[in-house]
Amino acid sequence: MADTQYILEMNGISKGFPGVQALDDVTVKVRPGTVHALMGENGAGKSTLMKCLFGIYSVDQGEIILDGQKIVLNDSRQALDLGISMIHQELLSVPCRSVMENLWLGRFPLMGMGPFKFVNHRKMAADTKKLFSDLRMKVDPKRWVRDLSVSQAQSIEIAKAVSYNAKVIIMDEPTSSLTEHEVAHLFEIIRGLRAQGVAIIYISHKLEEILAISDDVSIMRDGRSIGTYPASELTTDIIINRMVGRDLTNRFPPRANVPGDVVMEVEHFTSAESKSFRDVSFNLRKGEILGVGGLVGARRTELIETIFGLRPLESGVIRINGRPEKIGHPIRAKRLKLALLTEERRATGIIPMLSVKDNMLIANMKKYLRFGLLSEKLGSADAQRSIEMLRVKTPSENTPIRDLSGGNQQKVLFAKWLLTEPDILILDEPTRGIDVGAKYEIYTIIADLAQRGKSIIMISSEMPELLGMSDRIMVMCEGRMTGILEGEAATQEKIMTLATQFM
Amino acid sequence: MSILNTAKVEGNDRSKQLSDFLLKYAIYIVFALLVAVISIKEPEFLSIENFRNILSMSSTRIIIALGVGGILITGGTDLSAGRQVGLAAVVSASMLQQLDYARRMYPQLQQLPVWVPILIAMAVCAIIGLFNGFVVAILKVPPFIATLGTWLAVYGINSMYFDRPPYGAQPIGGLDARFTNLGSGFIGRDSVYSLPYIVIIAIIVAVIVWVLYNKTVFGKNLYAIGGNPVAAKVSGVDVTKNLIYIYAFAGMLYGLAGCLEAARTGGATNNYGNMYELDAIAACVVGGVSTSGGIGTVPGMLIGVLIFSVINYGLTFIGMSPYLQLVVKGAIILAAVAIDIRKYLTKK
Repeated sequence: MADTQYILEMNGISKGFPGVQALDDVTVKVRPGTVHALMGENGAGKSTLMKCLFGIYSVDQGEIILDGQKIVLNDSRQALDLGISMIHQELLSVPCRSVMENLWLGRFPLMGMGPFKFVNHRKMAADTKKLFSDLRMKVDPKRWVRDLSVSQAQSIEIAKAVSYNAKVIIMDEPTSSLTEHEVAHLFEIIRGLRAQGVAIIYISHKLEEILAISDDVSIMRDGRSIGTYPASELTTDIIINRMVGRDLTNRFPPRANVPGDVVMEVEHFTSAESKSFRDVSFNLRKGEILGVGGLVGARRTELIETIFGLRPLESGVIRINGRPEKIGHPIRAKRLKLALLTEERRATGIIPMLSVKDNMLIANMKKYLRFGLLSEKLGSADAQRSIEMLRVKTPSENTPIRDLSGGNQQKVLFAKWLLTEPDILILDEPTRGIDVGAKYEIYTIIADLAQRGKSIIMISSEMPELLGMSDRIMVMCEGRMTGILEGEAATQEKIMTLATQFM
Repeated sequence: MSILNTAKVEGNDRSKQLSDFLLKYAIYIVFALLVAVISIKEPEFLSIENFRNILSMSSTRIIIALGVGGILITGGTDLSAGRQVGLAAVVSASMLQQLDYARRMYPQLQQLPVWVPILIAMAVCAIIGLFNGFVVAILKVPPFIATLGTWLAVYGINSMYFDRPPYGAQPIGGLDARFTNLGSGFIGRDSVYSLPYIVIIAIIVAVIVWVLYNKTVFGKNLYAIGGNPVAAKVSGVDVTKNLIYIYAFAGMLYGLAGCLEAARTGGATNNYGNMYELDAIAACVVGGVSTSGGIGTVPGMLIGVLIFSVINYGLTFIGMSPYLQLVVKGAIILAAVAIDIRKYLTKK
């Protein structure tokens, strides 16, 4: 049988980062001319494994064998030269340049001699046309990439991957922003590539899609490989079960909060942005931790940023303590005693060059005014108290926040919002990128806040975190709320089923 | 063996400490070297008189730099600063000519209290600043382009105001003695131990601006906006309002500086203030203000202006050709920023 011959073998791959073992003895073998799906929860190690394969990370242990030859990759350029291409989750293109220039960037065809070399635009256009006709794509090579639809831009990325004469193409969530029709076109291209003998490693959360397109499915969990199965033998239930089948160890602090009266009601919330959430309704109780689960692209961040006045609302009502409110700006949200810890800590949370103290006080400056001027004493006292209370590890309150670890930066941001004395805290992936030890401390802070009567909305993509911390779990899929689970009744399987309801 | 190792580690530590020290105080070291070289060439340079001259020369530049500096801290820039200075000079001078001067711009105008035209000039520049702020914060035009536009427009407006019949494009002269006294008068009896009014004004403005940037909510917001505008917005800072205010505030400072320029030189033309914005931005940058926002101190801005004044005055004092002076100034800007940026690069 031909399938004993693998085009690519990744044997016993291990990769560790400070504080976390991302990959532990992972083995994946890919046959030529097949679509090989790689599945697992967020954080299971799929992306890390692919980054090892693409030369972005070096492996600690294990070997990569391509076409029968052991290879060692130091950067992605080498991977490309050897015939491994990757289509990234976020598109990396130069928007205000033409399709063909994006395609051949870094390796433009040249003409002329000696030091007088010029870019050969005619050859570039011809090469592009040939490539596109091979892939049965219809895109004008001279158009700007900015003017393309998402799916067209994506097919350019695929064409680029093919143009490297790739034997293996990695696709990381290629359909996350595509419409159904566009997905069908993508599948057509994928099937064409498969027929030419190219192997495709396909990462996706969408179970139906996986079953429709793939030949083999490898499942990963907690950085380990669970196994590789023929897609024909699998159902969505089996996949879910194998993806999440794990014991919950004691990774969470005990909670003693008692949910009370409803403090916030959201009714029929619909975003003014296209392709965002619609018709979402839920309520939040005093002293409750409401988890919000869902896959990447479920529009959870959009929902809470709209609640906080950062994004426009089309229709729907929000009531705080029974009163309907219009929240058009974070200033209003703050006045209503809401607080928001954003998802992208570096991009939208910290102000890197400012001190720990200034970062803590920025949302609450007016409190430290004496006769119209800021009092160093009052501010320092609060900053010092917060540093002690949340156990922030910092040389001093005047250290720039960029010098702190991720976990400690997050604690500073918690302190910032706690100083505004909020009633409702919205936490968007509060432990992302934080090592295990610091995570426990963050959980303790959250549990403690709930016990003191604060209401908490916590978005999380980590199942154990949702299950371990929430009183109730709201699950979203494709911009819609698909269910609310009571804490005790919730299981990983139930969450996963709701999170993939429309897929 | 182990002793050797420790010694080596300590050696490394010490050389690292030294390089950190050099990085931290590079600007001051350059400054000291410059003064040393000039003083060796011309020992008379180190005199109270020269020191006072340098301070006088720096005064208006300090006021302008403090305004531009605040805008730089927000991650913006202001190319219209110099032209606003010119407008303020012409506006204030036009209303403060001696009653018996032959070519008065407003022959019917009664004698005004000195502060009235100054306030008018400051208000005019504050309005231009408001406009800059509106274009930047509400229309979202990049500050470089927005203020490039006002730079041209303000010069045009100033020229229309200035170049009118019956006297046309003649320098505005014959200024009121009360006004010129502000620019050239001083406290103290003899000329050696005295302090020019203009220096006192600059010091007062510097103190006010220091308080504003460091001790008020507005000031703290400026740093936050420059450091991370999204984080500032999420934290409930009104980014739009604060941006408009800083452009307007900077405009007021340019207005004051323009009046003082007119008072100091005893006249004004529409070309006053030309290129002052570049001097001010260069001085801020040499003084450690980051053009990408979030970083900068008032003492840094003052030092930056003083360094440039010492270069201007000192190099002329030792008789260096003005062309060569430009080359030296350019080299100092590049060197200062190249060194200063190392502080942030190494920390990554």
